[in-house]
Amino acid sequence: MKGNKATVAAVAIAALMTATVAQAEPVKVGMITTLSGGGAGLGIDARDGFMLAVKQAGNSDLEVVIEDDQQKPDIAVQLADKMIQSEKVDILTGIIWSNLAMAVVPSAIAQDKFYLSVNAAPSQLAGKGCNKNYFSVSYQNDNLHEAAGGYASSQGYSKTFVMAPNYPAGTDSIAGFKRFYYGDISGEVYTKLGQTDYAAEIAQIRASGADSVFFFLPGGMGIAFMKQYAQSGVDIPLIGPAFSLDQGILGAIGDAALGIKNTSNWSKDIDNATNKAFVETFQAEYGRLPSIYASYGFDTANLLLSAMEKADVKDQDAFREALRAADFNSVRGKFIFGANHHPIQDIYVREVVKEGDVLTNKIVGMAIADHVDAYASECTM
Amino acid sequence: MFSLFLEQMLNGFQSGVMLFLMASGLTLVFGVMGLINLAHGSLYMVGAFACAVVAAWTGSFWLGLVASLMAAALAGVLVEILVIRRLYRRDHLDQVLATFALILIFSEGTRWIFGSFPLFLNVPDLLAGTVILPGGAQYPIFRLAIIAAGLLVAAGLFLLIGKTRLGTRIRAGEADREMIAALGINIDRLYTVVFALGAALAGLAGAFVGTTQSVQVGMGEPVLILAFVVIVIGGIGSIKGALIGSILVGFTDTMGRFLLPLALSTVTDASSATSIGSALASMLIYILMALVLFLRPSGLFGAKA
Amino acid sequence: MIMNRETIINSVLAALLIAIPLVAQAMGEIFIITLVTKVAILALAGVGLNIALGYGGLVSFGHAAFFGIGGYAAGILASHALNYQPIATWPFEISGSTQMIVIWAVALIASALAALVIGAITLRTSGVYFIMITLAFAQMIYYFAISWPAYGGEDGLSIYVRNGFPGLNTLDPISFFAICAVLLALALWFSAVLVRSRFGLALHGARQNDQRMKSVGIAPFRIKLTAFVISAMITGLAGALYADLNRFVSPSMLSWHMSGEIMVFVILGGVGRLFGPVAGAGLYILLEHLLGGAFDYWQLPLGVLLLLVVLFARGGLIGLLAGERKHA
Repeated sequence: MKGNKATVAAVAIAALMTATVAQAEPVKVGMITTLSGGGAGLGIDARDGFMLAVKQAGNSDLEVVIEDDQQKPDIAVQLADKMIQSEKVDILTGIIWSNLAMAVVPSAIAQDKFYLSVNAAPSQLAGKGCNKNYFSVSYQNDNLHEAAGGYASSQGYSKTFVMAPNYPAGTDSIAGFKRFYYGDISGEVYTKLGQTDYAAEIAQIRASGADSVFFFLPGGMGIAFMKQYAQSGVDIPLIGPAFSLDQGILGAIGDAALGIKNTSNWSKDIDNATNKAFVETFQAEYGRLPSIYASYGFDTANLLLSAMEKADVKDQDAFREALRAADFNSVRGKFIFGANHHPIQDIYVREVVKEGDVLTNKIVGMAIADHVDAYASECTM
Repeated sequence: MFSLFLEQMLNGFQSGVMLFLMASGLTLVFGVMGLINLAHGSLYMVGAFACAVVAAWTGSFWLGLVASLMAAALAGVLVEILVIRRLYRRDHLDQVLATFALILIFSEGTRWIFGSFPLFLNVPDLLAGTVILPGGAQYPIFRLAIIAAGLLVAAGLFLLIGKTRLGTRIRAGEADREMIAALGINIDRLYTVVFALGAALAGLAGAFVGTTQSVQVGMGEPVLILAFVVIVIGGIGSIKGALIGSILVGFTDTMGRFLLPLALSTVTDASSATSIGSALASMLIYILMALVLFLRPSGLFGAKA
Repeated sequence: MIMNRETIINSVLAALLIAIPLVAQAMGEIFIITLVTKVAILALAGVGLNIALGYGGLVSFGHAAFFGIGGYAAGILASHALNYQPIATWPFEISGSTQMIVIWAVALIASALAALVIGAITLRTSGVYFIMITLAFAQMIYYFAISWPAYGGEDGLSIYVRNGFPGLNTLDPISFFAICAVLLALALWFSAVLVRSRFGLALHGARQNDQRMKSVGIAPFRIKLTAFVISAMITGLAGALYADLNRFVSPSMLSWHMSGEIMVFVILGGVGRLFGPVAGAGLYILLEHLLGGAFDYWQLPLGVLLLLVVLFARGGLIGLLAGERKHA
């Protein structure tokens, strides 16, 4: 008898579940991200964070197709065509790099697909070019640089040396820094993209009489710069956005990174239950600490899952409203979208510290609270 | 200002010697076997990874350095026997394609084994810190050590090629491979040895330069292009040419990055001067190369084509 | 007999190239059409390179320069037309255009001019020096494109609507494929005619022996330069089409990887074979498509395969299927 009762209950639950399944259309997501080559670490983290949330939710209505863009814009465009034309996805996500995002996003949203950004959020898509179907879960590209400017001002620095690679993201970064920095610029240098030796720049920094250095050098460029800076004996404090001091590359910089201040909207010690669980489960699942990219991926998937609870993806208006509500538990604590679908959020200052043998970041203060990006006012949708 | 200028001159020289470390193996292989090896950058990467892994494991950079030499030489021997040996009599096209394929194999293979995140490799304690140069500038000891290593390698290569039996054979091989075969020298073994030597030099460069850079997949590619620029400017196969070409490129690049934005700021506003100046600076070494080849189509010290 | 076999293989390749998109259209597999269009465009770039490399023996490692110049011709003209901003106002007003025919003409002229300058300098050298100096010029243009902010720098330039062609809806994948296929056919026909012409024979002669050509009163430098320019123009045209395929241009079209890939298409298919670039581009794209989604480290087996082809299938794919070429 007992057994029978359980069976009946199971059947009833199964029937209920099929009923919900029948109600909601399955959602197909196309993830285009960088999984090969030198920049693969970022894409792999974003993917792993995303898939961790998908796995935890166990929602069988969500199907994810993942492809490798090789960090090449033309490949990304063709994959987007494939996702839209052949896989017939409802939502695209996953792109790490701004130049790839600019190649893919405008035409994807023109074809009535949703795009949820796990990282890249160029200014062109935040201001006049904003779109109702485009959501950035991460930030607006300038945010962390602006926060670094704010932090430099609050520390009373008045002679900052600024440095970035000579390409659009680099010049945007310097412009973002200057937007919230009120001191003087004691030197401004644009380096070659992919440069590996910074002896000449370090000599200029030393000679400039600066009281602080703001640098934006993503990936291997930042690793090379920080190692050489530490070897050079120059001890002017460094400030940068989180990208150059993120979990995935800290190990490669080593003790040279200790004490460097960096600005971020996420850190593994943000104190909330979701974040704590995320850091633990990510580490258990993949055997390493999560990076900011993993956190963005995780939040993006949870945002998507929260919208799927509320609305059917085929009903675009309802689904968009559900996304806009952002009714999910973010690893950043509160999560609100601004009018241009970019987050309004707190940006922290972190410091690189050592926990046992592992280098990681610790929050040491708030750079800018409830920060709204600089382009939001230009957006009309 | 003047002491900064002097320091930048030293930086230019140092970056030139660093380039020579990378280019020396390439020009050796190029000169002796007439082989375009695009995978030279991969051997450089192998050296850096081997050094990083062994240094992390044993705690000793010096053991890592030995490991990098061995790993790169071993990879070189394997590649030579399995692939390169079949390419000597082919035209440059086949060599380009085959070694392009080797880049894919090395890069993705390394990523498969070591993961997608950069590795840690630091300057050994013995060479950490800085010294005060005459004139007051503070200079990292490690950069001086790179200069010393580069000059040692240059001297070693000159001696090896000029004074030893292996050198005589190498020179004979450059001149005429049929002749040395007729002399009863095992040309296959000679070529394997030379290729392994070139690979070991690449690995050494990877270990040394890796301490100041990011040890990651793909780290060899920008280096590869620069090394090609260097040996083409210097004249293919000439060790002297590679040394002088390296220093010329190092100077041009460093001083260009430093001086062009300054020079332009006298004629235009500061922010466009820095951005145009750095754009020009990034093109400068290629302009130099085009100029040298325009004036001397076989490079500075190359044999007449 | 051997020539016949190559002709048969060429016909099969041509038939496949046309049949696959038609079948895909019938089955509603739009993406396959896009993929075959990509093959056609990259093959066109390869046909261009094949003239310099296969017939002229000029191993250019810098053809991405012309591919990118063609791409930027399309991107710049279209962006000016869409923003209603003239490109130049002096000495007379030049406005942008979204007409493919205008864009092609500009792409052809721009790559011809670039090739004339680059060729005049690089053709003084030979062998490995030539390979490297062509690479140097492409790198120069690459770094210029990255750091020059006017047309997007490294972010590249989007063309929001594919450029137009009279009487066709170019946004319809099969129409755009048709355009690319016709241009590829024209280029193939042109290069077949070119090889058999007096010019082609002179080029073949200049490749074999400079001195002998001089002694019969033909200037090998001018012959080579002409071949280089023609080669660059075809690759530039392919670049303009590639920009329209992706509705996007960026400096990555100018990178040395692109030069390497175009070269790979030519060698993989068979150097100096008329349909070599078609076979090479087709195989490469097929592999990329099949392996790309299957496996994180997919470039590893791709590398092994490329290596096997170059080591054991001399003469590329066409050589493997059709046998060694009979020299005329």
